[in-house]
Amino acid sequence: MGITLPDTVYQVLTPEGQVVGEVPHLPPGRMVELYRWMVFGRAFSDRMVALQRQGRMGTFGPLNGQEAASVGIAAPLQAEDWLVGSYREILSYFIKGVPPLAIMEVYRGYVSARYPWEARCLPIQIVLATQVLHAVGLAMAIKYDGKPDVAVGVCGEGATSEGDFNEALNFAGVFKAPAVIVVQNNCWAISVPRSAQTAAGYIAHRGPGFGVPGYIVDGNDVLAMYQVMADCVARARAGEGPSLIEALTYRMGAHTTADDPRKYRPEGEMEEWSKRDPISRFRKFLLDQNMLSEQEDRQMAEEITTEIQGVVEALESRPAQDPNQLFDNVFETATPQLESQRSEMLLRNARTLGKE
Amino acid sequence: MPKWTMVEAINHALGQELARDKRVLVFGEDVGKNGGVFRVTEGLQERYGAARVFDTPLAESAIVGTAIGMAVYGLRPVVEIQFAGFSYVSFNQIGSQATKMRYRSGGVYTVPLVIRAPFGGGVRTPELHSDNVEAFFMHLQGIKVLIPSNPYDAKGMLHAAVADPDPVFFLEHMKLYRSFRQDVPEERYLVPIGKAAVVKEGSEITVFAYGAMVQVALEAAAQWEPGVVEVIDLRTIAPLDEETIAASVNKTGRAVVVHEAARTGGVAAEVIAVINERCLYALLKPVERVTCPDMPYPVPILEDQFIPTPGRVADAIRRTLEP
Ligand SMILES: Cc1ncc(C[n+]2csc(CCOP(=O)(O)OP(=O)(O)O)c2C)c(N)n1
Repeated sequence: MGITLPDTVYQVLTPEGQVVGEVPHLPPGRMVELYRWMVFGRAFSDRMVALQRQGRMGTFGPLNGQEAASVGIAAPLQAEDWLVGSYREILSYFIKGVPPLAIMEVYRGYVSARYPWEARCLPIQIVLATQVLHAVGLAMAIKYDGKPDVAVGVCGEGATSEGDFNEALNFAGVFKAPAVIVVQNNCWAISVPRSAQTAAGYIAHRGPGFGVPGYIVDGNDVLAMYQVMADCVARARAGEGPSLIEALTYRMGAHTTADDPRKYRPEGEMEEWSKRDPISRFRKFLLDQNMLSEQEDRQMAEEITTEIQGVVEALESRPAQDPNQLFDNVFETATPQLESQRSEMLLRNARTLGKE
Repeated sequence: MPKWTMVEAINHALGQELARDKRVLVFGEDVGKNGGVFRVTEGLQERYGAARVFDTPLAESAIVGTAIGMAVYGLRPVVEIQFAGFSYVSFNQIGSQATKMRYRSGGVYTVPLVIRAPFGGGVRTPELHSDNVEAFFMHLQGIKVLIPSNPYDAKGMLHAAVADPDPVFFLEHMKLYRSFRQDVPEERYLVPIGKAAVVKEGSEITVFAYGAMVQVALEAAAQWEPGVVEVIDLRTIAPLDEETIAASVNKTGRAVVVHEAARTGGVAAEVIAVINERCLYALLKPVERVTCPDMPYPVPILEDQFIPTPGRVADAIRRTLEP
């Protein structure tokens, strides 16, 4: 079979780790940091799936295969920039400052799950493509406020069939918003392949239709993703308007822990994409360049396992949710109706306490 | 004190909010140079600039969706949906996003957003413009639904809506826009959200209404001696002012609920549920509903058959007053 990318794709490292483009000017320490995030993302995802299998976690959508795109999206951003993504973008969120514990809490089912405001990431989106409009609105606000910041909106290729995605591109273009819209084209929207979402060859081609430049990037090449993202962010910051990036990547896991891709994934496809694995590609580059040693790599993996174990322990030692909190944060001040429904529930709980 | 129509009262409220707070932005379809198809935003772009009062592409989901992003950022967007009949296009952004942001973020991110929309019948609009959509929004959680019935309330309620830290859906009845003038204070004042108004006192029966139906209810009530029929303007549909509803029906023991929206699953059903929960033992007769039938809003020449009239409301009052 083999996977062919279009001529216009931006690539720095081939799947074999060979340099074919301009390597971004990053200090070696920063290169290793990007790599560490990729390894962390996969380990976190694997651990979440394992916890779910043990009944210790809710339904979770693994991010395996998309580590390069996820890291490339978030790494060029500054603290003041905004990042709005879906359930698949949690690794980008970590880099932006959302603690892994906050994400675990969401998937474990705590209602009080909080991201720090300073992370400037909105709750991981569930309703496809809605968040891209929020990102454009944030960008319009930034522009109105006269700040040099950028808002990034991310969704999957399936979500690009929603009206909101296209309306977001249109608004971004018309208002010349400092926004970067990124599509993680991972080939599948649950069981529906990319070819069934659009008759167009590439989603990035839609950008020019809205007066927005579009770029196709090898999404499994972290250096390519980083560079294109950094360029688009810089353009937005300089007041030159929005961009659309299509990251060509692959969902190596199931859609979620409730899905079984054996039902629809053609035989051999996974094997082909495994040869393009984003982590092994970047590892080879770092080893070749002597930025990382085999031993450091092993040590890093161990550290990450311990770190994630710490997060799991923090999660599992959390006290149970206070049912009283269920009613918080519907409004700033609860309506009389909500207050009476809260008392109703507390009274019921008090009555049944000890009887069950 | 100036005598203003509802259009003028809302226009002044918007102007005042723009003047006092740089975070307030007004946008939607044709709201800029044209001043809105009903002229509600007339002159605002000229006075406050195109960065703060502007036209958007024709996309209601995007108007609300981008406003959510702006509100999260810290601005105070006041957006216009040109006709409530087209608010369905924005329903997802309102129902799954604006109303849930505070809750989903544990209170970290909030959406102080006002969505204004003209609605209602009796003005001979083309098809599909006049839908009474309030019950859909009332059923959402995390949004307040306001419907003023006169110029004074419209201004005070709009100021309150802009000051509110959460999403507000603000419905303006098209028939009321220019139907009468009222003394309206020029200065900023707040009509509290969640408070109904007793617009006519009476001891024998309560008629609940809102929007354009308040005038209809008052006309019907005028057929009785003063002091018989109490008329209550609900003003806020969500959250309902249960205290005022219950206090009145516990006093009168009889009630009629009037609205222009279709009957099933409407506001009247909710008012009657409150009466059931809080006034059952005071009730002397079943509560009647006077509403439009459960059918699509008809073409203009049939409107008058369709919308509740003072005569229909008076009939319901008469039946309910019978011993
Ligand atoms: C508006 C909406 N429709 C349907 C769904 C159900 N759904 C959840 S994920 C998904 C597939 C999304 O595919 P894609 O956008 O490519 O993102 P991916 O999951 O591959 O990252 C579907 C259909 C949803 N969450 N929201």
